[in-house]
Amino acid sequence: MNLLNYTLKYLSIALLLVISIWALLFYLNMIDEVHDSLDDGLENNKMLVIQRVAKDLGTITRSGFSEHNYYITQIPEHKGITFKDLYQDTLMYTLNEQDYEPFRMLTTVFDQDGKYYQMKVVASTVEEDDLVRNLLYSMIGLYVVILISVLLINNLLLRKAWTPFYQLLNRLKTFRLDQDDHIQTPHTKVREFNELNEVVSALIDHSVVTYNSQKQFIENAAHELQTPIAISMNRLELLAETEGLSDDQLESIGRVIDALQRFSKLNKSLLLLSKIENRQYGDTALISINSLVDQVIYDLSDFTEMKSLQVNVTATDILKVDMNRDLALIMLSNLFKNAITHNQAGGTIEISIDKTSLSFSNTGGAEELDAKRIFKRFQKESKQKSSTGLGLAIVKAVADLYDFKVSYRYDGQHNFSIRFPTKISNVD
Amino acid sequence: MKLLVVEDEADLLDVIRQSLEKEKYIVETAGSYAEAMHKIISFEYDCILLDIMLPDGNGLDVLAELKAARKSDNVIIISAKDSLEDKITGLNMGADDYLVKPFHIAELNARINSVLRRKSLDGNQTLELADMYINLSDRVVTVDGKELLLNRKEYDILVYLAVNSSRLVNKTALAEQVWGDYMDQADDYEFMYSQIRNLRKKLKDHAPRIEIQAVYGVGYKLIAT
Repeated sequence: MNLLNYTLKYLSIALLLVISIWALLFYLNMIDEVHDSLDDGLENNKMLVIQRVAKDLGTITRSGFSEHNYYITQIPEHKGITFKDLYQDTLMYTLNEQDYEPFRMLTTVFDQDGKYYQMKVVASTVEEDDLVRNLLYSMIGLYVVILISVLLINNLLLRKAWTPFYQLLNRLKTFRLDQDDHIQTPHTKVREFNELNEVVSALIDHSVVTYNSQKQFIENAAHELQTPIAISMNRLELLAETEGLSDDQLESIGRVIDALQRFSKLNKSLLLLSKIENRQYGDTALISINSLVDQVIYDLSDFTEMKSLQVNVTATDILKVDMNRDLALIMLSNLFKNAITHNQAGGTIEISIDKTSLSFSNTGGAEELDAKRIFKRFQKESKQKSSTGLGLAIVKAVADLYDFKVSYRYDGQHNFSIRFPTKISNVD
Repeated sequence: MKLLVVEDEADLLDVIRQSLEKEKYIVETAGSYAEAMHKIISFEYDCILLDIMLPDGNGLDVLAELKAARKSDNVIIISAKDSLEDKITGLNMGADDYLVKPFHIAELNARINSVLRRKSLDGNQTLELADMYINLSDRVVTVDGKELLLNRKEYDILVYLAVNSSRLVNKTALAEQVWGDYMDQADDYEFMYSQIRNLRKKLKDHAPRIEIQAVYGVGYKLIAT
């Protein structure tokens, strides 16, 4: 439920309540006013009739509802003295409606020449059930009109008023910490939205600064580490050449050199990842994935031969992708290397290329790998201690850089595929 | 042969100097940009190892100065930066090679050797060890006048070890030289070991004066007797 409908929901309930209460009060007020006005009229009538009676006693005998709107009867004195004027609603038969209709009736007593007379004066009044019905229809009409107005106002005015909010929201949806330096906020006259914009901008600027300094730190740290590694490694190599070292000592030195080697490799891989994520591989060209695959297969043929792997390439089309050549090579060789490393001796690697995608299928362990974790950093499935665990993370980083989709699935073989966006892969 | 090593990290400078002296080079050092500038203007070197990130200046300016002065000194850049742009920039400015830190001593030797060999005007593309001749341009090895047949990898390994003869070559350095950066899995070494086994067998049969010694855990050493 969006904001507009949300407010509308509560508004409609509140309006129904308010209008109902209003209608009830209005009705009571109106009836009161009608009675008031009728009663005034009846009072006036009463006085006119009494004046007439004073002039002409015959008026009393001529009275009656059939001809006049008053009716006079004589009553005993004891009743007359204590009687007080009484207004009440009553029903009388009317000829035009041929039905009993509501009337307002005043019952009063007056004395004339020492005799007491009771007089009833009537006036036609409103039909209350008609009034209620009419009022109900009007109320429903009013309610509908108000609801439609609110809906229109909401849609036109509120939508306009909330525009800066939705603009900000859309901008935030597309914001990427690793790609954007700041956020352009829409201009607005509304104070709350201005505050929101300022707060969001400040938050984002702060995050970007923090993110960049972290990236910078990783890159600098990785660079600075290379020198002490170089010193240690070269010193150890010199040390290993010293005459008279025992085999055990040499082996220890060799192990330390190996460890430093891994350290350096890890460092380089992290640096590479950081560079890819920093978009430091600028210039792109239209790369033929088909020929690059052939090159990688050739470059790594020693490794495939050593494991007696059968490599098959099925290309149904020429796949050309606009990307950095080095990164393309890194991506393909990492995927191919992965397919070799996790393969069994005598296994197969199937590479298929079509117009928009590339996939590597290799035989290997009979267990499906965790597709969610496999492209994460330092996810090592292999027991090989020298593997950095960054190969597929680098593949993912390259893919992310260019909006390629990498995926893994297991169907007896381990299948890694890259889907290229059609808009750039179909260019010839 | 006289070399100049320009490196601000004293420890690394010392290690490189020690190693190069083992190769019988005359080694001079410069620990700063100012010192390097002073030395290149005053003296001639066969090869300069140049760190480009110096605290008081950019090593590339040293290179530019050398080229401006039309000096024929060969330059190998040694740098912690391994991006392609950095390499291209250095090589375009006239450096002969670009070596990324950290590097193996054997690798440094091989690079210096290759640069110096290219420098010799007579195009002396041969390596001579005892009775073995390696013709580097034709990739042919002869022992006592007879050709020794080697496959591509065996030849690469032999040349790398021969360039570093009598020095202990780390197995990773050897693997990286022959297989490039693809070498990153432990089981990849198995392939290298089998190539070296074959090479040692061929040398034992046809070149008894050349021996590849295995130093367990570290690497290999080629000895000519």
